[in-house]
Amino acid sequence: MNIDLTGTNASKIANALIMARRQAGSPAMGMVLTLVVVMDEGGHYDAFKAARTVSREHPSRILGVIRRSSRGAANLDAEVRIGDGGSGESVLLRMSGDLAGHAESVVLPLLLPDSPVVAWWPSKAPDDSAADPIGSLAQRRITDTASVGRGRSAAMLTQARNYKPGNTDLSWTRLTTWRALLAAALDQYPARVSSGVVTAERLNPSADLLAAWLTDRLHVPIERSVSKGPGITSVALATGGGEIEVSRPDGVLADFAIPNAPTRPVALKRRETSELLAEELRRLDPDDVYAHTVKSLCRIADQPSVSNGSASSSSQGTKSEAKRGDKLKSGRKKSAGKKSTAKKSAGKKSTAKKSAGKKSTAKRSTATRAASSAAGS
Amino acid sequence: MTVVHEGPGNPLRDPQDRRLPQIAGPCGVVIFGVTGDLSRKKLMPAIYDLANRGLLPPGFSLVGFARRDWAHQDFARVVHDAVKEYSRTPFRDEVWNQLAEGFRFVPGDFADDVAFGQLRQTIEDLDRERGTGGNHAFYLSIPPKYFPDVIGQLKEHGLAENQAGAWRRVVIEKPFGHDLKSAEELNSIVSDVFPPESVFRIDHYLGKETVQNILAVRFANQLFEPIWNANYVDHVQITMAEDIGIGGRAGYYDGIGAARDVIQNHLMQLMALIAMEEPISFDADSLRTEKKKVLRSVRHPARLDLHTSRGQYAEGWAGGVHVGGFLEEDDIPSDSTTETFAAIKLQIDMRRWAGVPFYLRHGKRLGRRVTEVAVIFKRAPHLPFAKTATEELGHNALVIRIQPDEGVTVRFGSKVPGTALEIRDVNMDFAYGGAFVESSPEAYERLILDVLLGDPPLFPQHEEVELSWEILDPIIEFWASEGRPDPYESGTWGPQSAVDMLARDGRFWRRP
Repeated sequence: MNIDLTGTNASKIANALIMARRQAGSPAMGMVLTLVVVMDEGGHYDAFKAARTVSREHPSRILGVIRRSSRGAANLDAEVRIGDGGSGESVLLRMSGDLAGHAESVVLPLLLPDSPVVAWWPSKAPDDSAADPIGSLAQRRITDTASVGRGRSAAMLTQARNYKPGNTDLSWTRLTTWRALLAAALDQYPARVSSGVVTAERLNPSADLLAAWLTDRLHVPIERSVSKGPGITSVALATGGGEIEVSRPDGVLADFAIPNAPTRPVALKRRETSELLAEELRRLDPDDVYAHTVKSLCRIADQPSVSNGSASSSSQGTKSEAKRGDKLKSGRKKSAGKKSTAKKSAGKKSTAKKSAGKKSTAKRSTATRAASSAAGS
Repeated sequence: MTVVHEGPGNPLRDPQDRRLPQIAGPCGVVIFGVTGDLSRKKLMPAIYDLANRGLLPPGFSLVGFARRDWAHQDFARVVHDAVKEYSRTPFRDEVWNQLAEGFRFVPGDFADDVAFGQLRQTIEDLDRERGTGGNHAFYLSIPPKYFPDVIGQLKEHGLAENQAGAWRRVVIEKPFGHDLKSAEELNSIVSDVFPPESVFRIDHYLGKETVQNILAVRFANQLFEPIWNANYVDHVQITMAEDIGIGGRAGYYDGIGAARDVIQNHLMQLMALIAMEEPISFDADSLRTEKKKVLRSVRHPARLDLHTSRGQYAEGWAGGVHVGGFLEEDDIPSDSTTETFAAIKLQIDMRRWAGVPFYLRHGKRLGRRVTEVAVIFKRAPHLPFAKTATEELGHNALVIRIQPDEGVTVRFGSKVPGTALEIRDVNMDFAYGGAFVESSPEAYERLILDVLLGDPPLFPQHEEVELSWEILDPIIEFWASEGRPDPYESGTWGPQSAVDMLARDGRFWRRP
């Protein structure tokens, strides 16, 4: 059922919600959270639809906030909807005039008592979402830097620098399937990774995050290389016994290759917004792994002379590593076939390389060793 | 309830990283009896749904074994049709293509050595072509009378042996025997070939979200556990009702009946989860320990004739349709004494449940399809109201609705609006969110994934199965000496004897 209110206020909207619920014949409230969607008039249809789809899995009160022109008199129009399509309630709030700058005053009285509040910015988000008046009402704040028209990578970095517990970005959510496959690859082939390459279209915050995550977890240089997309097209990890590679040229079906096993196809679809949002709402506590990853992303960005936070510290290191990445790619096909020789030569070269690179930790020396041997084979 | 499977030092796995799903390692499933209903309606769609959610390993393969003259493509078409019709997630070509590459079919009889030789060859080929790594689960979706044959053949052809670093598992479906003796025999056949940790007995009820929710409701809250005992609980009713008859399952059902078919497994497991003490952790061992304690402390009523009931549906109007009785079903002998309704009263001899009866009932062609557990509380010790004010007040109840309309209901008294003080029962409902989503995982998905991961908490072990038979056997024996079950009209809530059995205790069945 729909109730349209014009020139209204929060308490009238709250009354309309109760009335609509009673008229629907089911006065019980089984909602588990309030989802505040801050959007613009242009994109509101898709975003709201995704939110209502998600409310079937997470019954929720959805408050859509649309800020219109801040000129003219303060005005609030509301569209209250119960039933049809979602399991929960939704209210679309259109604010104009001075009120556009004080949306939180309408949202606050409409939050469900005691249950969690999630704020979602499907397109443009505040730089520091936790400090935003609406963001500060929520314990979970979801941004989507991939939806930003210009400067996506910069937008991701801004979100990373302003990370507060409870923040998350759909660029990170999009990675779950990739991360799961890569983790499964290392489950199946538990070898030490010496370097890696993440290939994606030029501006892709997810690819930046994936490289940052791999760097953080594996402590090895991860190169970010550019393709035509769509999205991330491949991730390659070099190990002593050959290369692990997941490549997805078409955005739908990936090839999964690990040493000593046949290459196999895996469905790796780019997911719908509603699926991403549903995944986000399954956990409402701070995502610590994301926190580590954005920290790693900032570290990588802050050391422009180095390809990666934990690699060598000279500018020369960058070049050689980039080169190594190229070679590694060209030698990929061969290396799988010549595993045994590669392994042998890796053992031989260890002494030579150790002194050359002056690497301090054993981990790093192995990394270099394996990479160079792969390139040589 | 999941165990964290960490690869040996896999740096990409982090216990904090709860987004990463558990993807099974390289493996394949071999289904025996692949042409059966269960396989088409549940197993194949569940496997597709798992693939669609990205939870199956790359290279996963599915081998069908049945007595059909099929080629691999014919098998793939059968799976395709089953998936299209029954899967819960949308059909996507790329997922299908990935999955279909791993389909193989082996035609043959369960006694046919050549066929099992071919099965072995197929599995070895898959290990090579698809990288399944020697890990295979054998799903016996076949009548139990064929178990000895198939399991013997698996052993003979070396298919059951765990090779270094690889696993072989066997999955069996209920019924796990038809009494204690046959259950023990079955177990000895299976355990002769597979070690206990490689045997997965599927009780699909335990894979249901709502059943797992029982543990969450009980042990995650302060609200319920303090009153979850004989001081506050009057009795417990566990109901699984079906509105359909036996359908085409006459061959299986006749001679088995309601108690063996449902009470022995599903309802006993539900009772154990409701009654058990808090486990020290949610791993398989701790859960089983607590469940076994409950099953061991079950006591029968002294008079089985007064505190059990069995029935057989007769013709009647069910849900607006005129239907025939059990004895008129095809292939059911007209003198069959198989029960289609069974209700029993059990006591659990523990301090927590002393004097609290558990009533278990199951029947076919009842009023509606519903499964629920109702914990009925005692009345308040004193009611400071006029007697007329509380005439309509019943017992407080906590109802865990398992299916359909999954959720939890709390029933309590509330004042009727108006000037007079009158108190009446009201419901407070929680609807389980997942119930609305088409894509919420189905029980079989969860269980198949757990088999592939080797995660055992949701699978009953042979000891639990045998304990349940020990409880049921004396009752079934008693019934066998009693002649025919009481007829009840289809579409009602069972025979009068079921009503009487509670009335003797001063109680009545809740209408679920």
